Amino acid sequence: MKLLRSLMRTARRRSPWVFHANAGSCNGCDIEFLTCLTPRYDMEQLGIRHEGSPRHADIILVSGPVTRTTCEALQTVYGQVPDPKVVVALGSCPTSCNVFAGSPTVVGPLDRVLPVDVYVPGCPPRPDAMIAGLAEAAAILAGDKPRPEHQPGPADPDTADPDTADPDTADPDTIDPLTAEAAGEAGRR
Amino acid sequence: MSPVVPIGPFHPALEEPYKVEVTCEGERITDASVVVGFNFRGIEWLAERKSYTQDIALLERVCGICSNVHTLMFSRAVEKIAGLEVPDRAQYIRVVIAEAERLHSHLLWAGVACNLIGFETLFMTCFSLREQVMDILERISGNRVNYAMNRPGGVNRDISDPGAVLAAVRTIEKTTSGKLIPIMTGDPTVRARCAGVGVLSRDDALAHGAVGPLARASGLTQDIRRSAPYEAYDKLDFDVPVRDEGDVLARIVVRASEILQSCRLIEQAVETMPAGPIGGPLYPSVPAGEASVRVEAPRGEVFYYLASDGTDVPVRVRVRTPTFVNMPTVPLMAVGESISDLPLIQASIDPCYSCNDR
Repeated sequence: MKLLRSLMRTARRRSPWVFHANAGSCNGCDIEFLTCLTPRYDMEQLGIRHEGSPRHADIILVSGPVTRTTCEALQTVYGQVPDPKVVVALGSCPTSCNVFAGSPTVVGPLDRVLPVDVYVPGCPPRPDAMIAGLAEAAAILAGDKPRPEHQPGPADPDTADPDTADPDTADPDTIDPLTAEAAGEAGRR
Repeated sequence: MSPVVPIGPFHPALEEPYKVEVTCEGERITDASVVVGFNFRGIEWLAERKSYTQDIALLERVCGICSNVHTLMFSRAVEKIAGLEVPDRAQYIRVVIAEAERLHSHLLWAGVACNLIGFETLFMTCFSLREQVMDILERISGNRVNYAMNRPGGVNRDISDPGAVLAAVRTIEKTTSGKLIPIMTGDPTVRARCAGVGVLSRDDALAHGAVGPLARASGLTQDIRRSAPYEAYDKLDFDVPVRDEGDVLARIVVRASEILQSCRLIEQAVETMPAGPIGGPLYPSVPAGEASVRVEAPRGEVFYYLASDGTDVPVRVRVRTPTFVNMPTVPLMAVGESISDLPLIQASIDPCYSCNDR
């Protein structure tokens, strides 16, 4: 059993498979993630593979500020990924909603919907940063790195943020991007 | 009753969240409908609540692939209302960035199309070529995506090293004409998957108001750069490639020819660029008024409407992107085809759902 467990650990560290979910991203992060697969960055050297089915994946990579319409599908996908799993927030949008903060159709940031383990900030992050983030996720999977403590947030999009839910009363100016960033930083620690 | 197959919103072959509901009889598609709106971030709503300067950063993030087009459109609309003159050099720099963006967008599309037909080697070739375009963009703007180059009245950065840009463009031109185009048009694998698939007739393209490479692959000569030249396009020489077949292969050929034309445009623009200032005032005041502008984005015509009441926040920002008009042609092309060709047919219009939904 001990041998099996150590084998599993190595496998998790050496070949994490990634499922990429676009939760309302502008495509900037998605095309940069696609670039990671190509010869110059070659993500597969770390055993990381882009996988089409969430049921075969270890890592869920989420880009975009989580729109109202993708929220439910995102939670379904999260449920389909077998344990142990790691959630990586790709870019500034899932971290802090970026320029979309305050929009009535945005439910994010991502940590209100799913427990986020690794943040890769940037608009969009460079491919190198993405690979570093995925390597960190692989270390969490293998148990080499502790998983951050999660602060449970409301998962229901209708109760996610009552202040911004009504387009007539919401004012983007009242949402301070710095506090949103700070919330992201707290989740990371 | 024929089975209805829902595909999406998260699907392995599709980068972006959207849903297609396909009705099938056996393998054949008898009906298809596209469900969009998963990327709806309320950008127009936000743009009407932020200042003009903030809007540039916001609108750049309408789409990560054609981000430059959106700031160019917004800047042009503001220039039209405020009556700002763009310096000659800035106009040429705008052309260089816009064409470099077209290059990387078409190469990205070619790569994704190769991936969909299962031609992994060509996918890697397209993407390693695309990296050279990204190098040009990074060298000029400092960013790989979201270049932040345009502002009302000019551009933010100058091209300080034209020689390096020229050298890179010549390499791209050589690899495209010597390697990429022969494989994409002559390889039996590509021909078997693309020739005669997803045909859109000229009449249908016209009736649905198709734009961009999709329209040009169906025999419509339509290009805003030619019909209503903006920036420095009227001073530069280029061809508008048009094909009559209307199938997926024709779209590949049109986009591949456009890659060569973009290389030509960048070369000319860099060589004939006049010296001079590159930008106007940082924070121009915008008087009351309204403006509508059109620009040829990599995917076709983009339309912006901007209304101002003289304050520093716009009253209305309307964005209409090419995918919005090209999307209704997908069910038309898909009916009668095999379900396994559906991802390719969809990809052949080069859809951008984040543009479409905003």
